[in-house]
Amino acid sequence: MGKLIGEAVRRVEDRRFITGKATYTDDIKLPGMTYAYIVRSPYAHARIQQIDTSRAQAAPGVIAVFTGEDVKDVNGLPCGWQVNFRNGDTMKEPKHPLLVADKVRHVGDNVAMIVAESREQAKDAAELLDIEYEVLDAVTDPAKAIEEGAPLVHEDVPRNICFDWEIGDKAKTDKAFADADHVVSLEFRNQRLVPNAIEPRSAIGVYDAARDKYTLYTSSQNPHLIRLLLCAFVLGIPEHKVRVVSPDVGGGFGSKIFHYAEEALVTWAARQVGRPIKWTAERSESFVTDAHGRDHVTRAEMAFDKKGKIVGLRVSTVANMGAYLSTFAPAIPTYLHGTLLQGVYDTPAIYCEITAVFTHTTPVDAYRGAGRPEATYLLERLVDTGARELGMDPAEIRRINFIPPFDGVKQPGYQTQVALQYDSGNYEATLNRALEIIGYHQLRHEQEEARKQGRYLGIGFSTYIEACGIAPSAVVGALGARAGLYESSVVRVQPTGKVTVYTGSHAHGQGHETTFAQIVADTLGVPLEDVEVVHGDTEAVPFGMGTYGSRSLAVGGSALRKGLDKVIEKGTKIAAHLLEAAEEDLEFADGEWTVKGTDKKITFGEVALAAYVPHNFPEGMEPGLEFSTFYDPANFTFPFGTHIAVVEVDPETGKVTLKRYVAVDDVGTVINPLIVDGQVHGGIAQGIGQALLEEAVYDENGELLASSFLEYAIPRADDLVSFEVDRTVTPCPHNPLGVKGAGETGTIASTAAVVNAVIDALAPLGIKDLQMPLTPQRVWQAIQQVQAS
Amino acid sequence: MEIPIKVTVNGEVYEHRVEPRMLLVTFLREVLGLTGTHVGCDTSSCGACTILMDGKAVKSCTLLAVQADGAELLTMEGLARNGELHPIQEGFWREHGLQCGFCTPGMIMAAYQLLEENASPDEKEIRRALEGNYCRCTGYHNIVKSVQYAAKKINR
Ligand code: FES
Ligand code: FES
Repeated sequence: MGKLIGEAVRRVEDRRFITGKATYTDDIKLPGMTYAYIVRSPYAHARIQQIDTSRAQAAPGVIAVFTGEDVKDVNGLPCGWQVNFRNGDTMKEPKHPLLVADKVRHVGDNVAMIVAESREQAKDAAELLDIEYEVLDAVTDPAKAIEEGAPLVHEDVPRNICFDWEIGDKAKTDKAFADADHVVSLEFRNQRLVPNAIEPRSAIGVYDAARDKYTLYTSSQNPHLIRLLLCAFVLGIPEHKVRVVSPDVGGGFGSKIFHYAEEALVTWAARQVGRPIKWTAERSESFVTDAHGRDHVTRAEMAFDKKGKIVGLRVSTVANMGAYLSTFAPAIPTYLHGTLLQGVYDTPAIYCEITAVFTHTTPVDAYRGAGRPEATYLLERLVDTGARELGMDPAEIRRINFIPPFDGVKQPGYQTQVALQYDSGNYEATLNRALEIIGYHQLRHEQEEARKQGRYLGIGFSTYIEACGIAPSAVVGALGARAGLYESSVVRVQPTGKVTVYTGSHAHGQGHETTFAQIVADTLGVPLEDVEVVHGDTEAVPFGMGTYGSRSLAVGGSALRKGLDKVIEKGTKIAAHLLEAAEEDLEFADGEWTVKGTDKKITFGEVALAAYVPHNFPEGMEPGLEFSTFYDPANFTFPFGTHIAVVEVDPETGKVTLKRYVAVDDVGTVINPLIVDGQVHGGIAQGIGQALLEEAVYDENGELLASSFLEYAIPRADDLVSFEVDRTVTPCPHNPLGVKGAGETGTIASTAAVVNAVIDALAPLGIKDLQMPLTPQRVWQAIQQVQAS
Repeated sequence: MEIPIKVTVNGEVYEHRVEPRMLLVTFLREVLGLTGTHVGCDTSSCGACTILMDGKAVKSCTLLAVQADGAELLTMEGLARNGELHPIQEGFWREHGLQCGFCTPGMIMAAYQLLEENASPDEKEIRRALEGNYCRCTGYHNIVKSVQYAAKKINR
């Protein structure tokens, strides 16, 4: 055993992707297929006075036109996480209709669906749909939305407040601040982002009347979750009569977790129309309908003693929910942000309050990192600001504040001030390694030399923690989750000893077909080619929760590993019977059972065959070699690390150039380093995108100004450098693989590292703070401002 | 009013009548069923639709099908020969140059054009050449390495 785990195995799924043979949802063409186009609101807030469908109905190729009237008896989209007000009242949860009948609440809100013989005809007919709107005042800024007299998004939600929430010890924290030697504070917006997976969302609804059976193909990260929400909450159709397939999915980053109206609409309408219906977003639709990320308005303060020890943290955030609650929206600023404010620091007093607010904007939900980048950003900015004001080195101030190492076995887990218990950590080790790679002292020296020549080099740190694989179900249920957070697997050993495994987790770029196969091959001692990993089809795989929150390996991989253990256990019994030996005398290694101390052995394939041709079989044992497993972890996992960015800023133009980027992450045990590095690279790029380029800006009227790739810049190849990536390994003590999760670390860490680097570069000019994204214009203006004052 | 066109795609000749407004990418995907060419945007920005037309990398969402009349096209499906991967495909596999794979066909086609013009590009040149192709998954790190791998292999 152990030959493949830890190896950079080349991905087995790649062949179809590099030869143009992958199957994304929009690639599927079914007999009799029709095409849907969604007519969307051009206004942020307007009353629909009247819709006249007659001209659209009569347009060439049009099969049906559906409006809010047609779906008024269909439920709206449900929210999957309930957070209560501080006073115990339940959060405000207004209906999120599939098609709006009365009032549109954001640009892009769904108003009608046109089904036609072709996409073009459906789109052409949309031009002929006569809709009369009465345009109303809108509010997009969450801080303004809570002001008295602001336009209301939902009439029955006073001051647009969805809920307020708090965590930590307020009195203790206030006292810590009162007694502190030094306090730093920052006010900023963690700006709104658009996820922009390169594959636009797509859904195909099919209804087979003869079998009374629905099929939904959808670009989703979690087909079972979609099926459950669709059946039990929205359409009220029997779950066993619905199959949801998420075939190849072109990236998600959170945006494809959620249940969207189009999925329900094509499924519902396929029955009305009697033919399959395909809908695929155009990018301009993705911009206004894929759930956005971040959008926090925050005031954060950190208190220090004379020596630079952090003695308190106080955070107050207004979190924008958008116009409706998306599937997991309430959990993001609370349980994925407020609970992460301990960071990697031994801060003794923390208090955080959140006000979640509706505005006339696209709903906001989890986007890569989801709450944790916001937590890391404010912590890392505050720590750096503290270092600067106290005249300390940013590496040193971190070092003296780190939680000391603990492995979660010999030393217990670390109990934070904000509810979580960290599993294992050695934070300083990642800092040391990162400093070594970057050559810190030399680099500071270069920085000094550069400054003498009028060049502005900056070095920025981010020492972060992340929480992955949130669990166990009972705990998250108590916190308001309306779903379990376990994962499932089926291990099916075929009679010839080949192995098919089915996972409830889903891959859309993460390479499960390889990583999971490595686990199977190593554990059972079979060649990698003998393993097939199946995911993404509710008809094939057991009920599973899908992929988000970097949970696949920690939760799904562990479910698989537990299933494999059951195979070995039963296999051992069969082998003992066939070898006429006692179970205790057998040893399983490299795909063979051997009677210890003898050369008597039997192979995995022989045992598999015996299990299905049980002519000579242990008495009373069921034939077959197949196990289904559900794994509910004992705790979250907590990866961590240190990232260092080096930038140069041109004060004449404000342009920031990334020079180097070092990432030392600890994601626990690594199954496939190639894939883990890839996840880290991609994550870093997305975080850098937030730091330097990306912002979904709304104007006063609620128009999304950055609504295409022409106005919304995501990182391109020449914006970035090659990253210097390394890691330390602190295994997770509570899952059978020791893994923690690697999908979001890069994004969580990199935004703060880059912004800290830019501020470090410009510190000699008197710059103390900058608002993201650090576009040349914004940096230049900030420089002008400090020079003028 | 449909217009007859004749195009060679991956060595095969196709004759079809198409609407004058049909995009080339729609022709490839919907008419020929060659779904290896992808659509990622509606502003000619992302490069997911990149193919080779008469040896030049073009964004097939910016051209009409009728503009390809008489042209020779190469798409993702035509790059491997007799089951043997092209060095660029092999590079993307060896160096983990793809994750979700959605940008990959366009990336590979753009890389193909680059290596035709510059057999040994340095990192900067690779990054500049791929500037019109977006990838949201890889951070481009391994895409650069994939192209370097291919260049080395082709030059050997
Ligand atoms: S589809 Fe985006 S450039 Fe062609
Ligand atoms: S691999 Fe997913 S967009 Fe490039």
